[in-house]
Amino acid sequence: MATKVQTPAGTKAAEGLTNEEILRYSRHLIMPEVGMEGQLKLKNAKVLLVGTGGLGAPLGLYLAAAGVGKLGLVDFDVVDFTNLQRQVTFGSSDVGKPKSEAARARLSNLNPDIQVQAFETKLTSENALELFKDFDIIVDGTDNFPTRYLVNDACVLLGKPNVYGSIFRFEGQVTIFGMPGGPCYRCLYPEPPPPGLVPSCAEGGVLGVLPGIVGSIQAMETIKLVLGSGRNLTGRLLLFDALEMGFREFKLRKNPKCPMCGEHRTIDKLIDYYEFCGVRGEEAPAPDLKVPEMTPRELKARLDRGEDLFILDVREPHEYQICNLRGHLIPLGELPRRVHELDSSREIVAHCRSGKRSAEAVDFLRKAGFRKIVNLKGGILAWSDEVDASVPKY
Amino acid sequence: MAVKVLIPPPLRPHAGGQAAAEFAAKNVEEALGQLTSEFAGLKRHLFTEEGRLRSFVNVYVNGEDIRYLAQEKTPTKDGDTINIIPSIAGGAPENGAKGSRAARVGMTDQAV
Repeated sequence: MATKVQTPAGTKAAEGLTNEEILRYSRHLIMPEVGMEGQLKLKNAKVLLVGTGGLGAPLGLYLAAAGVGKLGLVDFDVVDFTNLQRQVTFGSSDVGKPKSEAARARLSNLNPDIQVQAFETKLTSENALELFKDFDIIVDGTDNFPTRYLVNDACVLLGKPNVYGSIFRFEGQVTIFGMPGGPCYRCLYPEPPPPGLVPSCAEGGVLGVLPGIVGSIQAMETIKLVLGSGRNLTGRLLLFDALEMGFREFKLRKNPKCPMCGEHRTIDKLIDYYEFCGVRGEEAPAPDLKVPEMTPRELKARLDRGEDLFILDVREPHEYQICNLRGHLIPLGELPRRVHELDSSREIVAHCRSGKRSAEAVDFLRKAGFRKIVNLKGGILAWSDEVDASVPKY
Repeated sequence: MAVKVLIPPPLRPHAGGQAAAEFAAKNVEEALGQLTSEFAGLKRHLFTEEGRLRSFVNVYVNGEDIRYLAQEKTPTKDGDTINIIPSIAGGAPENGAKGSRAARVGMTDQAV
């Protein structure tokens, strides 16, 4: 199997690649921009993927296929059915398996010549430096602010490049942080958004192909860093708009006053990133609003008894189409100007998908003088679990 | 002709779903002022209570970060484009209730 290529004495070109590898990477090897030298650089490269989800899928597949010698995969999550719409590393048979291990199996199958290491753990301030130290390049494919700041700070402390990508619905951002002389994530965004400023949570979702495109750009930039070729995205924020189908580019500068990578660094170790991102107080609504509730079973029993209950659905119209409890639809955002549609003398049960938005609606309506309104505990999700499994969860 | 303000997807729900708006404005402050008076819901997403631009919202005029120009006094002229670019965290958005909910605050793309 792993026989060394026989080369004439004096030529070292093929050293380190087996005949099988030469065949596998032949489309790289015949490109002068990669060639044998570049392929060996890839073989010696060690890249850590933080997150093996939407962005991690194309990243893992392409980097493994390209022959990156050592790939680390950090993820603590488990594959579920909602992942399959975009996380193309996984198949239906992977549902329920740890992502890092399922991805490791898939990538090892794709390319048995590389070393793929799964770290089934949450990245924390305690383990980040230890995990990162054995890798040359860190690729951030996570989905939350605390981890993004953690990845950034750990990369700056260790002097490692951070290939950054993030997505929102149909838009993506890509750049490289942590290069010598280049900006870091804190130069771009010194602070995360406070918890209160969440856009309408019904605005969720992501076009399945979007992480494929953004993650592929991250993979391309990672390979260019390894090869040392071309012009990489350091100092440039690439913005991709899938609906417009276009790219825009913004100049990123290193902030001389950056607390992490500036001249007078004030952060010299990893901090508590949940505190940094979560407990910022500023106009944050109470995370769990305390409002009167009714359980799905209780609602069902009362409806079965023929009681006069008014069901108020505060989700968005497109969610109503997925499934509904035949309630009266007023999206949360429209509630203030559509209050007149409600009769405060009737008993009202408000619901949404999970119970969070409807808690806000109940809170709002109680403040507006409604006394007989309660929240359906757990929303449609709980209704599906406890009362009627034919109602789909989404 | 006017100054074009491009509204990013996370903020569009607060701008009547619009992706862009045009104003006659001689600097960034004027343009954003008109934008937030037309769409009042945008205001608290862009500015602090003291009226300062939020630190997770970057504003660019023709691709240049106004923090390195004249901040909100950065002049604009007809045909200029102002981009508002908030930080977004999404990567592997989950629909389920696992992981740390509190960690995904801000402009993440998950449904709750």
